[in-house]
Amino acid sequence: MSSLSRRSVLKTAALGSAAAIASPYVHGAYAAGSLTLGCWDHWVPGANAALDKLAKEWGDKNKVEVKIDYITSQGEKDKLTAAAEAQAGTGHDIMSHRDWNIRIHEDKLEPLDDVVNGLISKYGPISPVAEYLAKIKGSWRGVPTAVGSQVKPCLSRFDLFKEHVGMDLQAIFPADESKWDKAKVDAWNWDAYVTAAQKLHKAGFPIGNPLGQTSDAVDWVGGLFNAYGVVMVDAKDNIKINSDETRQAMEIARKIAEVMPAEVFAWDDAGNNRWLISGKGSSIMNPPSAWAVAKRDNPKVAEQCWSHPVPRGPKGRFVGQLPQFYGVWKFSKNKQAAKDLLTFISQKESIAQLVEASVGYDLPSFKSMYDLKTWNEVGPPTGVVYGYPPRGDEQTSITGAPARSEVGAQIYNQAINTVMVSKFTQGKEKLDDVIKWAEKELEGTLRA
Amino acid sequence: MADTVQTWGSTATDKAAAKPTRLQLLLRRRSTIAFLMCLPLIVIIVCLVIYPAFYSIYLSMLNKAQTRFVGLANFTYLMSRDTFWMVVYQSTIFALAAVFFKALLGLITAHLVNNLPAKGQRKWRGMLLVPWVIPLALSTLGWWWMFDPTNSAFNYTLRSLGFAGIPWLSDPYWARFSVILVNVWYGAPFFLIMYLAALKSVPEQLYEAAAIDGANAWQKFIHITLPMMRNIIAITVLFSLIVTFANFDIVQIMTAGGPRNMTHMFATYSFLLGIRSGDLPLGAATSLFMFPILAIAAIFILRGVRKRGREIG
Repeated sequence: MSSLSRRSVLKTAALGSAAAIASPYVHGAYAAGSLTLGCWDHWVPGANAALDKLAKEWGDKNKVEVKIDYITSQGEKDKLTAAAEAQAGTGHDIMSHRDWNIRIHEDKLEPLDDVVNGLISKYGPISPVAEYLAKIKGSWRGVPTAVGSQVKPCLSRFDLFKEHVGMDLQAIFPADESKWDKAKVDAWNWDAYVTAAQKLHKAGFPIGNPLGQTSDAVDWVGGLFNAYGVVMVDAKDNIKINSDETRQAMEIARKIAEVMPAEVFAWDDAGNNRWLISGKGSSIMNPPSAWAVAKRDNPKVAEQCWSHPVPRGPKGRFVGQLPQFYGVWKFSKNKQAAKDLLTFISQKESIAQLVEASVGYDLPSFKSMYDLKTWNEVGPPTGVVYGYPPRGDEQTSITGAPARSEVGAQIYNQAINTVMVSKFTQGKEKLDDVIKWAEKELEGTLRA
Repeated sequence: MADTVQTWGSTATDKAAAKPTRLQLLLRRRSTIAFLMCLPLIVIIVCLVIYPAFYSIYLSMLNKAQTRFVGLANFTYLMSRDTFWMVVYQSTIFALAAVFFKALLGLITAHLVNNLPAKGQRKWRGMLLVPWVIPLALSTLGWWWMFDPTNSAFNYTLRSLGFAGIPWLSDPYWARFSVILVNVWYGAPFFLIMYLAALKSVPEQLYEAAAIDGANAWQKFIHITLPMMRNIIAITVLFSLIVTFANFDIVQIMTAGGPRNMTHMFATYSFLLGIRSGDLPLGAATSLFMFPILAIAAIFILRGVRKRGREIG
């Protein structure tokens, strides 16, 4: 019988503590508890199943029961659920957050620096838009996910561009970036876009970009504004909308609005999709969902579609990006498991499965992942979505930046930029009056 | 057989046992029973109406981050915004126009239905109530498809007949018209059923007496029907005004407040600020702005109802 010395007791206790810290899960059927996720309900059929599969794989390996509730973004139900859970202090452990929602709930979300910094050190630079939206006061409060994350480049009918504009989009932007001719790519600027839009309008196939107050409208106008260097509010709360850059961008927007169908002012985010799928439209700015639906509903149109970068402006080529994030509530009872699951589903191998299941719709926030084979293989025509992830000199942007994110959220959600364009074009208001209106609205966003 | 023996009179102990306790007495009171039966409803109202109402008042007095009490600062801020005053204007136009046309259509159809032969009346009553019975979000989606900016069924018909299409939802003024039209379509049956009930309660003798005096149909309507219906008209208008001012579904589904913010109502603007932009206190303050407007309307209308009630009494 061995005697129990003070040293052996301390040694055993230390070993026990170390084991508890190093391996938090006790093996056995779901011995490590459960995790609940409230996830954005994907609109690509079958895409949710890929996430289910990954979650099950991780859960089985770590003996954690993972339960996912898919919540639609129709009617902002996902945002309402997040707001309700934040107010109540109870709900899912992990929650999907679209666009500005991380900032909105920042003080109720667990810091996730260890997860995101680990991913950055492995996969390289992350999207600046993701950083702007989820890194609050130096701390990551959300993990950028590929699921539902999107950019909105041009999705055009290459047959109509060839016939009526004289541009061969497939030759300028082939499904291999190394073959892009810099001079031809550079020539694709906003002036060229206006000319193309005018020709296509004349030919009876107008381009269609929404000018309502939903995200597709805000994003393309945001890209145009950024290309001309328009700053609405800077990072130090200075209102900068009254500028020559704004006047230049607004003039381009007016020329574009003149050759688009009048109903763009009432389009929701599906309006431009329907326009292209119907065969009446020649180009929109959208993720490949419009092509995917056309493949089912109007295959002849789908076969003529091609994704390619947005036009360039004097300050660069900017495409609107809307990333999604996973956040872990501070009230979650299984935070470490939540972080481990998020790390697992953020690995490139997992992302590849998610991108494939979404037929290339889901877009990771790491440029190093844009070489996934899905974007090369999807068709017809093969390579149609190769130009969907930002390539070449295309940079991602979001309306509202570089203002403080709480200010940016107001600018974006109140669609101040598209209302400006609508007032100027549809409302025929004087540009100076529109800018004055915008200044007053922007002043309001700075409210403490 | 002792348990079957009837005894007359009782001992002091028996009397003490038979005396009802205070609880029993309380339970025997009608008001107590009434209260207990209402209790589930009271609990629901407290939890789902009174608590959220007070919570939203509390929320409206916090700063954007909900960390500091700011008193009425959110309200004064709203009052300094042009867009907010546009929302006030639009909500007022929407509510007044919609309630007026709902009341007018309700009154006309109620008269028509009332004058139908009793045999077919029930069928017509049922059919006319359909818009009010269908869930609003669902029927509004149907309307949205008919007004669809690109493939509107109405425009298809107009164009087939050689007319130009109408920008139902893309032109701000047509968009306002469209949302009011849908609200009138949805709400008119409520007025119809209330007015029909009121019409049926007007004593037939009054009309007979008027007919003997040589009154025509219009005179009967002005001097008998309308005065007899004044209270029910006032109450339905008040009720509808409250519901219409607070309308959310129709505008959110059809226009989401656009184009150029020109169809926003209090509820949709509050949703935009509170949920979509993440400023819950400002959203709460916006929705609470309806309260004084409706309270003043309610005071005037209910005062009129009480006055007429006393006159009749």
